[in-house]
Amino acid sequence: MAEKRLMQGNEACVAGALAAGMDFFAGYPITPSTEIAELAAEYLPQRGGRFIQMEDEIASMGAVIGASLTGRKAMTATSGPGFSLKQENIGYAAITEVPCVIVNVQRAGPSTGIPTAPAQGDVMQARWGTHGDHPSITLSPSSVEETFGLTLRAFNLAEKYRTPVILLLDEIVGHMREAVILPAEGTVEVIDRVKPVCSPAEYRPYDAAMGETAPMPDFGSGYPYHVTGLTHDREGFTTSKPAEVDFIIRRLHSKIEMHLADILQWEEIATEDADILLVAYGATARSAKAALKMARKQGVKVGLFRPLTIWPFPEAALTQVAKGKQVIVPEMNLGQIALEVERIIKAEVSGVNQVDGEPLNPAKILQAIMVGSEVSR
Amino acid sequence: MSSLADKYLRGHKMPHIWCPGCGNGIITHAVLRAIDQLQWERDDIVIVSGIGCSSRAPGYLDFNTLHTTHGRALAFATGVKHGNPRLKVIVLTGDGDCAAIGGNHLIHACRRNIDITAIVYNNSIYGMTSGQFSPLTPTGSLATTAPYGNIDRAFDLCDLATAAGASFVARSTTYHANHLRDMIVHGLQNEGFSLIEAMTHCPTYFGRRNRIGGPVEMLKMQQEQAIPVQRAASMTQEQLEGKYLIGELHNQQMPEFCALYEQVIQKAGGGNQR
Repeated sequence: MAEKRLMQGNEACVAGALAAGMDFFAGYPITPSTEIAELAAEYLPQRGGRFIQMEDEIASMGAVIGASLTGRKAMTATSGPGFSLKQENIGYAAITEVPCVIVNVQRAGPSTGIPTAPAQGDVMQARWGTHGDHPSITLSPSSVEETFGLTLRAFNLAEKYRTPVILLLDEIVGHMREAVILPAEGTVEVIDRVKPVCSPAEYRPYDAAMGETAPMPDFGSGYPYHVTGLTHDREGFTTSKPAEVDFIIRRLHSKIEMHLADILQWEEIATEDADILLVAYGATARSAKAALKMARKQGVKVGLFRPLTIWPFPEAALTQVAKGKQVIVPEMNLGQIALEVERIIKAEVSGVNQVDGEPLNPAKILQAIMVGSEVSR
Repeated sequence: MSSLADKYLRGHKMPHIWCPGCGNGIITHAVLRAIDQLQWERDDIVIVSGIGCSSRAPGYLDFNTLHTTHGRALAFATGVKHGNPRLKVIVLTGDGDCAAIGGNHLIHACRRNIDITAIVYNNSIYGMTSGQFSPLTPTGSLATTAPYGNIDRAFDLCDLATAAGASFVARSTTYHANHLRDMIVHGLQNEGFSLIEAMTHCPTYFGRRNRIGGPVEMLKMQQEQAIPVQRAASMTQEQLEGKYLIGELHNQQMPEFCALYEQVIQKAGGGNQR
């Protein structure tokens, strides 16, 4: 039976991961994500799963990839400084197509910044943090309950598309406590990676057409194969032949881009009659929603577009919704998603930006809405 | 090709990238002979490496093979072993990969005493990037980044591993190829973290620059400098100057990480699960 509970965001993240079948976690302590590691250490062995505290952030990302190759559903959690350290191995997971989930509970940066203060400064790093051309799937929940659902979804997408998936929380969502309705065990959709059915002699680990993902065996299951971060051919061995290199890089992107209908999620609130459109995500979307209600009470027609999948960004949906509207992008950074929104709608947007370590409150967004409504009048 | 090569090498990946006269083939051969001697199932074995000349070995070996990022082989290997403790995990790494960028992972793998066997191909130089000094390059040696002689002191990697908690530590050389195989066999049999430092030679980027000569002279140097640990016991400090010990340097049974974690699972009540 479904269960109603008071939970912290970080706790809901672990609950969602366990519902998805997480059976391996490797991590390193860092505020404000540490509760995720603590709870994983407690719950995993109760289910026969495995936890390990590694010597650093880089090692925990490496261990997660290693465990996933043995068939484990593996996750790690961190915050800004640790997210920076993990980037090289996140790229390794992308090119070797190893499913895994990386949680980043964002805090104020750059560098050590303010460990206990919220920010949304890692949005672009989630897209472009590791070097080279690579796709990114990044999800951003706005509530504790949504953290449960999107963590579960992060695992499902990772397994389905053989790719690292980033779950971008922020300190507010990670540490907030609110009521959550947890679905009954066994009632949620859980996706597992496809395993090969051909003979080991016929198996080729990266033999997939554009837009497709090849089956993936566990190490030790009778399909010995080679995994390398060097650009590889369909058999998994290093190649520098231009046609083969071109193919694998393009296929890596195509397996995400050709399945956008499955990957993209967003919410639209009161957008039909709106003159002003807010585009907001994560904790900031909660303030945006409150500001929307306040503005509507004053007769200003405001709508909200809230991407749950940040990367890839729901471009087509935003283009459709933003038509003829004045767009405001509130975010806890100096304008990262605002740039993406401008690129997509090909028009200037105004930002509401906060980088003082405090949450972006509804009043500040309302103020921007009111200025905007003056302009449009 | 010998039957060992037919059995364990990915023949279609030949020729390999190593220079003529390189010692890496001798070490890799010793690894294969050790595995063959133990009659281990091919699919139970996962061979993990980092980045560098020696780390390219797994690409040629027909097992589950994992060529990771620079310095991180032991971190990935820890995930593989902890993910499925039934697997036999072997790490092939170089002096730069293991002792410089990967040094932190090395000491912690030793400390955990996780059942992984690491074979360090120590050629005293970064070969892949053409000849920079590593933390195992002897003081005074020439390297492209030490054109006036290396002022850094070298680690004694075996002392380091012993101090950090590895349960089996040994050293051998490419000159003592059969001895090297035996040390690897012992390491593979040890239930815990094993480190085997395999002294090898890089004629291209170390021997030539330091005017030691070619592969033959470098092998002879190994013969002269390597002192079996039993013989060293009866030698004076003066006689041991400029030499290094080979053989089993440390062997002390201690609880292994994955076995300890099984106890954690029992304590937590998850024993009936997977």
